[in-house]
Amino acid sequence: MSEKVWIAGGGVISGIGLDLKACLQSFRDMQPGMAAMQYLSSAHRGTFPVAEVKADNATLADMARMPEQISRTALLSMIAAREAWQSSGLGDISRYRVGFVSGNTVGGMDKTEDFFPEFLANPRGGRLHQVVHHECGSITELVADMLGIRHHVSTISTACSSGANALMYGSRLIRNNMVDVVIAGGTDALTRFTLNGFNTLMILDQQPCRPFDDTRTGLNLGEGAGYVVLVSDSLAAQLQPWCRLSGFANANDAYHQTASSPDGTGNYLAMKGALDMSGLQPQQIGYINLHGTGTQNNDVSEGIAINRLFAPHFPAMSSTKSFTGHTLGASGGIEAVFSALAVKEGIIYPNARFEHQMKELPFAPATSYSAGHDLQHVMSNSFGFGGNCSSLIFSRA
Amino acid sequence: MNIYINGTGCISPQETAQGGPLLATPREYEQVRLSTVDPDYKQWIDVKQIRRMSRVVKMGVGAANLSLEAAGVTTPDAIITGTAYGCLDDTGVFLTKMVNQQEEMLTPTAFIQSTHNTVAGQIALLLSCNGYNNTFVHRGFSFENALQDAIMILKEGSAKHILAGGVDEITNYSHALLSRFGLYKKAPVKTMEVLNSPSTGTIAGEGAAFFTLGITKDPGTVAELTGVSTLYKPLWEGEVIGHIMKFLEEHYCTPADIDLIVTGRNGDIDQDEIYEEVAAALFPDHAEACFKHLCGEYPTAAGFGVWMANGIIAEQAVPEAAEFYGKAPKKINKVLVYNHHQGTHHSLVLLTAC
Repeated sequence: MSEKVWIAGGGVISGIGLDLKACLQSFRDMQPGMAAMQYLSSAHRGTFPVAEVKADNATLADMARMPEQISRTALLSMIAAREAWQSSGLGDISRYRVGFVSGNTVGGMDKTEDFFPEFLANPRGGRLHQVVHHECGSITELVADMLGIRHHVSTISTACSSGANALMYGSRLIRNNMVDVVIAGGTDALTRFTLNGFNTLMILDQQPCRPFDDTRTGLNLGEGAGYVVLVSDSLAAQLQPWCRLSGFANANDAYHQTASSPDGTGNYLAMKGALDMSGLQPQQIGYINLHGTGTQNNDVSEGIAINRLFAPHFPAMSSTKSFTGHTLGASGGIEAVFSALAVKEGIIYPNARFEHQMKELPFAPATSYSAGHDLQHVMSNSFGFGGNCSSLIFSRA
Repeated sequence: MNIYINGTGCISPQETAQGGPLLATPREYEQVRLSTVDPDYKQWIDVKQIRRMSRVVKMGVGAANLSLEAAGVTTPDAIITGTAYGCLDDTGVFLTKMVNQQEEMLTPTAFIQSTHNTVAGQIALLLSCNGYNNTFVHRGFSFENALQDAIMILKEGSAKHILAGGVDEITNYSHALLSRFGLYKKAPVKTMEVLNSPSTGTIAGEGAAFFTLGITKDPGTVAELTGVSTLYKPLWEGEVIGHIMKFLEEHYCTPADIDLIVTGRNGDIDQDEIYEEVAAALFPDHAEACFKHLCGEYPTAAGFGVWMANGIIAEQAVPEAAEFYGKAPKKINKVLVYNHHQGTHHSLVLLTAC
């Protein structure tokens, strides 16, 4: 059970780029992905900015080499998962025992919500092919089948921490010798269902979001997918891994179905648990990729938990959701890739639109892109509905 | 390290929530859609909250509590659920309002309760449990993945008691849609005739089965959770047979060591064929028990099967309603639950008396 698990590569598609390289360039150029809604059809089109992946389904289907009519959630997943695999240098996938563990929250809801008006009008109405991949697990299987993965296929849905929990489960599968490699992360497409849901909670900002800023008023939804390739010690020895997944923990806030506790109990327990597992002291963390949604409630709870755990030595930190928007089930995967790359290249990502210090906190996020730092350990936070809180730690060795 | 089943809880279309001899007086239906027999949820949930909770949440919370009570555990170290469909009722409510009201004047309750992790989150909230909390939503593997995650975490040594289970509900929308896919029988069949009905299609079911797993054996513990394995989209029957052989070897046994097989036959002549093949190849003289005629078919139905297998070990007898083939030996030591969902998701769960 002592075997180490390494990150051999990663892939991302998001509102700031169709691949990881393009996403990085957007950080360097300080170009966040929020804009007026272009691809999703919604009554709220003019009201809420969103960070859509800048491509229609036909373009994504071409990139994914999948049929155009399948769920956007699967198209995004396929593109990022394939990029992740290719970046690992592992070659022919059939040579390994491979798992695919993907988080998502919407499944094929983008198609289901198109199907529903006709179905409501007539129980025999609507075309069934639109709901055949409604289930979250079905999205994962579409991609696993394309990639030729059969050894272990699983889907996790813990709201905004789904992608992070996929890395934990994937890591355990390797440590228990069930597989040698796991592509782990998450995917979610923007849907009217989630947009309207978050709107009823009154936590959507009508302006570009301002995570960890005192004037923040909510989040912007985004979409995308992000996967890392987890490999065992023995495989890592044949590769040049980016870094190691040295610690992780998942805790439940057990406070409210959607709100975080004022003192960030779950957040604190997740971060503390991850540090304990990696055997690190708080001051050894060089950068935190914050959950940082930009809602009043999240940022103050997360900030207070960080203050409690890290004071007085605060690492650099930022919320990349200020660029990608909140990609829900994908966010843990996307931010895991950003965090793993941060260790590899010493990157501190910028937190866009930060201007006003939060009065509850003694620290502020980084506001500009920089690379070449000596980052030994990076933490990534993902906290979500249902009280689900997860933290991951990536380490150089 | 041994993993023990220290408590179980099951809410199903049978009277499984009230204790007593295992499936002694089965409810007999003649319909293609079975619904749970609900216990009095007030014993676990505040009346005001019950009104707002959907059925899937109530049955999940109920079965979770039954299993914790049986194990004498108040707060587990982790809560892991499996649900293929998630909270369909609240999803349907929000979707319908969104369509009918053209995305205007919507309220948050149904959306909040529509997320797949609602059941695990609600259990954590009601138990004030800050521990590890996860939800698997992978079709016919959702329940099995929850067990696998629990086993791996227990083996790491950081947790003593883990609550793990599977839950799925049927709603009017989901039943209408799944019926259009042709999954169910065209005409109602009597419960005790489902498994031998000469037609395609099965009967729809729902329910929740939870297990309190631990690394130490309690006085009331009857079985060890010896192993869990999944097989995704086998290419042919031989691969299933080979997978079962390998699984048994990994747990240091052979087909001869198995005293009873519990299979997921659902009365669909096409889908049941593989059970015949497996029995003929590996277990030709073994006693076989079945459960889906009692609980219906749903992606996490294997949870009912494992719950029943644990009950069979406790009573050292197969209830008449579950007998399918042969007679189990006097001493029932090892029970293998073999299930598949729609031919694509095959799973094995091995229990050993302790």
